[in-house]
Amino acid sequence: MHISVNGEQHEFNEVEVSISRLLEIRQVESPEMVAVQINGEFVEMQNYPNTYLKSGDDIEFLYFMGGGSQ
Amino acid sequence: MIDFTEEQLERYSRHILLDDVGVEGQEKLLQAKVLIVGAGGLGSPAALYLAAAGVGTIGIVDSDVVEISNLQRQIAHFSKDIHFAKVESAAEKMKAINPDITVKTHRECLRAENISGIIKDYDFIIDGTDNFPTKFLVNDACVFLGIPFSHGGILRFNGQTMTVIPYRTACYRCSFRNPPPPDAVPSCAQAGVLGAVAGMLGTIQAAETLKYITGVGELLTNSLLTFDAKTMIFRKIKLNRQANCPVCGTDPQITELVDTEKTVCGLS
Ligand SMILES: [Zn+2]
Repeated sequence: MHISVNGEQHEFNEVEVSISRLLEIRQVESPEMVAVQINGEFVEMQNYPNTYLKSGDDIEFLYFMGGGSQ
Repeated sequence: MIDFTEEQLERYSRHILLDDVGVEGQEKLLQAKVLIVGAGGLGSPAALYLAAAGVGTIGIVDSDVVEISNLQRQIAHFSKDIHFAKVESAAEKMKAINPDITVKTHRECLRAENISGIIKDYDFIIDGTDNFPTKFLVNDACVFLGIPFSHGGILRFNGQTMTVIPYRTACYRCSFRNPPPPDAVPSCAQAGVLGAVAGMLGTIQAAETLKYITGVGELLTNSLLTFDAKTMIFRKIKLNRQANCPVCGTDPQITELVDTEKTVCGLS
């Protein structure tokens, strides 16, 4: 399976990769600081375990970034 | 039509020379009203560039005073300004760069009950706040009032920004939904930030503001610009307005402004 994560190409041998699994594989330390979209569509956090990726999917991890004033 | 003085023609000559801006564009800038939320790392460069550009009325909101740890990146504030109100400090520099403009200072915290009154008379808002409750509050208030704004965030070596035209392009909640849990959030105060990254991002927000006012080019709408100053890789991530967005979607769950915990004040 071939997917793109934040513009980088990934090849997976595993047949079933969920968003939860992908967050592990990518070693995202605080998943609550990331918003996930697949092919431009927002994915609810409670759906991460049962949302499986398809070959050709375009995944974006959007990081929450505060900062600015202080 | 404004009658430009000799001095104005000279002051703004490098704008007027631009085919896309010209005298007409400069006139739009002089008549525009922009509010900057936060006189910090992002608000400082944005405020100075907008003042220099001749944006006629610039409001600036912040309740804090200048501290020595701000000076590494908040370039509107000087060592002599420590302990003084950030809005007054910023206003002084803006007026010094360009006495032609009006600066309105709002030394207060934005909350659900005062935000609409403060932002309603402005044409465009720059979000340069340091915390998520306020970022979401700014988003929701701008969506409700139909005021375009620029979202900005920085952390460590990274920055992100998007421009939102309410109900026409993706809003902040379309992609980010809800503030992350407070205990999960590393702030610049905890995680640090490279000073120049604040300048890069605040300057991009200022450029978006000038583009919006003059109608030049394509805004950063329906896209999130992110960069990593370590590699200087810039990415523009495509975003879509989401029909199930809780504020700008077809069946919004959020229909009034509410303060989430720890909104704005006393976060340091
Ligand atoms: Zn939305």
